[in-house]
Amino acid sequence: MGLHPVAEWLAAACLLVAAFFSLVGAIGLVRLPDFFMRLHAPTKASTLGVGGVLLASMILAAAQDRAGFAELLITLFVFVTAPVSANMMAQAALHLLVPCKAAVPEDAVPERRPSGVHGDDKLR
Amino acid sequence: MSINILVLSLNIAVAAVSLAMALCAWRLMRGPHITDRVLAIDTLYLNAVALVVLLGIRLQTPLLFEAALIMAMLGFASTVALARYLTRGDAIE
Repeated sequence: MGLHPVAEWLAAACLLVAAFFSLVGAIGLVRLPDFFMRLHAPTKASTLGVGGVLLASMILAAAQDRAGFAELLITLFVFVTAPVSANMMAQAALHLLVPCKAAVPEDAVPERRPSGVHGDDKLR
Repeated sequence: MSINILVLSLNIAVAAVSLAMALCAWRLMRGPHITDRVLAIDTLYLNAVALVVLLGIRLQTPLLFEAALIMAMLGFASTVALARYLTRGDAIE
C-alpha cells in the first residue's frame, strides 16, 4: 500500500475513534439499567462508530484516486435511518408499557392503557 | 512503519467491533424485554456493517461496500418491521 502518510495517519485516527465509540455503545447497551437508557447508548455511539469507519474508508479511497461513492451512500443512509428506527423502537416500548426505572414526572408518559389489550403478557 | 500504523489500527478496530458484537449478542440472549432484543438486533446489524467495511478496507476492494449498503438497508427494514409488529400487531397494513 504505497499511500500518502498523512492519509494513513488520518485514516488510522478515524479507525481508532470508530473502534472506541462502537465499543462504548455496546458497553452502554449491556450496562445501562433500563430500556429507554439502553436505547440511548447504541443509537448515538454505533452510528458514530460506523461513520468513523466509513470516513477512514473514504480517506483511503481518496488517497488511491478512487471516488468513495458507496461509502458516502452508506453514511447518509445510516445517519438518516438511525433516529427513525430508534424512534420506532421507543414507540413500541411505550406501547408495550416497558418498565422505566428513571424518575420521570407524572405527565411525561402517555396515559396507561388497560393491560391485556395487545397480548402484553405473552410478549413480556 | 507507516503501513504498520494502518494495519495496527485496523486490527484494533476489528477487535473492538467484534467485542461490541459479542456484547450485543449477550444482550440479545439476555434481554429482559422483547424491545431489548430488537435493539440488540439493530446494533448487531450496524456493527456487522462496520465489520464488512473494515474487511473492504483491508482487502482493498470496492465490491464489499455495496454489500455493506445492502446490509444497512436490510437492518433498517427489519428493525422497522419488528417495531411495527410490536406496535400494531401487523408488519404491513
